[in-house]
Amino acid sequence: MNTKIKNTVLLIALTFFAFAFTQTTETLKIKGSDTVLPLSQKEAEVYMKKYPNTRITVTGGGSGVGIASFLDGTTDIAMASRKIKMSEKMKLQEAGKAYKEVVIANDALSAIVNPKNKVSQLTREQLEGIFTGKITNWKEVGGDDEKIVAYSRESSSGTYEFFKEHVMMNKNYGTAILMMPATGAMVQSVSQTKGAIGYIGFAYMDKNVKALKVSYDKGKNYVEPTVANAKNKTYPVVRPLQYYYLTKDEKKVKPFIDFILSEEGQKIVSEVGYITLK
Amino acid sequence: MKKFIKSVTGKTIEGILFLSSTVTTLAIVLIVFFLFREGLSLFKQSPVEEGFAIVLNHNNPVKEISSLQMKNIFDQNITNWKAIGGNNDSIMLFRIDDIGNYFTDEQLGDSLQYVGKCISSIVDSLPGIVAFIPDKYVDKDFTGKILPVEKVAVREFLSEKEWFPTAQPVAQLGVLPLILGTLWVSFGAILIALPLGLATAIYMAEIANHKIRNILKPVIELLAGIPSVVYGFFGLVIIVPNIQQLFNLPVGETGLAGSIILGIMALPTIITISEDALRTTPKAMKEASLALGANKWQTIHRVVIPWAGSGITAAAILGIGRAIGETMAVLMVTGNAAVIPHSILEPMRTIPATIAAELGEAPQGGLHFKALFALGCILFIITMIINITVEIVSSRKKYNAQ
Repeated sequence: MNTKIKNTVLLIALTFFAFAFTQTTETLKIKGSDTVLPLSQKEAEVYMKKYPNTRITVTGGGSGVGIASFLDGTTDIAMASRKIKMSEKMKLQEAGKAYKEVVIANDALSAIVNPKNKVSQLTREQLEGIFTGKITNWKEVGGDDEKIVAYSRESSSGTYEFFKEHVMMNKNYGTAILMMPATGAMVQSVSQTKGAIGYIGFAYMDKNVKALKVSYDKGKNYVEPTVANAKNKTYPVVRPLQYYYLTKDEKKVKPFIDFILSEEGQKIVSEVGYITLK
Repeated sequence: MKKFIKSVTGKTIEGILFLSSTVTTLAIVLIVFFLFREGLSLFKQSPVEEGFAIVLNHNNPVKEISSLQMKNIFDQNITNWKAIGGNNDSIMLFRIDDIGNYFTDEQLGDSLQYVGKCISSIVDSLPGIVAFIPDKYVDKDFTGKILPVEKVAVREFLSEKEWFPTAQPVAQLGVLPLILGTLWVSFGAILIALPLGLATAIYMAEIANHKIRNILKPVIELLAGIPSVVYGFFGLVIIVPNIQQLFNLPVGETGLAGSIILGIMALPTIITISEDALRTTPKAMKEASLALGANKWQTIHRVVIPWAGSGITAAAILGIGRAIGETMAVLMVTGNAAVIPHSILEPMRTIPATIAAELGEAPQGGLHFKALFALGCILFIITMIINITVEIVSSRKKYNAQ
């Protein structure tokens, strides 16, 4: 009786060991921006179908979260919708970790309002005034007499940082701005609040919210956020989406990154709703 | 022989139980110790990001700038040095990333070796400049004036009204709006959950008949198992628009939405534990009371509830703890605006939501990280005060009853 049990346990243990050794999978960990998340997920799905021996795990949390775990060494690739900050660069330099940056797609950042709002275009200065809290009523920018309810992302988001740098010219957000934890929540809130305004990556656009035309030359030309306008550079609020990885991991990550930069990968980029590199 | 084995087994089991309780106590003490160590070390740091310095032209008479003034300077709300006691010069902002506007890549050096000298020359040439640069470029023959920034002070931390922990150059760490937001939302939740929970528990324990109780109890216990993100989403899609329409507000994301959701989340805990406590009243006591002429309500009021006193206290403490500490659901429905609320119908930001949203991106050991731990300490103290209050109130009732 005792030998039977011993033998069964040994057999099970051996099978596990054999199983573990024959699997040559290594997991590629990608973490970071919620904007890049849908793109990375779709690419990973198609890639894993093509090469069944690879495993890729994709997590969101915001560009800040991705880069922080990249600094800590808990992820192979950090996906970011903003450039790496000077202070983060210095931390990597001090730790002696050389890294590389690869741009995989572009994104048109769109300002969105509720579909019932009659305002459909704003200048950069007006957007800055709204999000720093200086403009508080829609009638100041040509709309109805209603309080402006401005939504933003949390500070861990790359979209938050990019909007602050490029649209608000590095000024701080106002204190009365509502901060939503995810782009999905922002779309939900803007679609159900009449006086709402927010900003999202282009891939999250849907019919429940209206995109605003933006002017960067004080009102002379207003441009709509579309893929075509982003490609021919007439839409001014375009940002690169990038992957960061350590140079020593290059062999591990290169196949996947080459796939994304290839024609098939770029086709997926436009299917998801972002702008291809060429 | 058998007796010996039994006594050894008994002693081993005793030993294991003792060990488990030691390990649990130790774990709790260690967590609290770690929390306070990280949180209190915030007050030894300056609010300027580590490795960076703020530099003025050496002719500038201004000796120190408060963190609020610094924020207004970099937000371009203050544009002349006159406003803070300097000369009549307009303020020129300079961040390390702006260096590309003044020098070409060759002048900076291909491994950035000339950046220090370039920064020196800029600071010398512009009298109204205030520069925010990494301090490794401040070498010995640097001709500018380095501004000392004082460390984060406890009183300012607790009473300042703006929370921008990632602001550059100086992080604004004022937690007053967060504390007030937490208190408003939590008290609202307790006000909703405690009476409703107790009433349901009394109904289920004393008044409902068998069949109804057998349906209600599993349904309520099911509610306790729903993940908090689902509650948050339910709140965002259903409760927030209804509050907006009901009260005619510009935005539905308010503290009231947070309180309602938290109240619903705390209900199953309060109901289950209170109901179990109420049911432990011995039948003999109830029947004695009825025999002495009291009617059903007097029995419930004077006999059953006092008997279950400590159980109801435990239920209240657990329910309150859940209401105060909940993060995901609150994060989605209260709007997270760090302003001081004047009524419950305004967007608020609570401490657990702040920690949950920001801890992921705070580099370990940095200023932001420690500020969030300090917030955790404050939350811990608030919860402890509320629990002690509940204990005192209930023990006083017991004393009076005796």
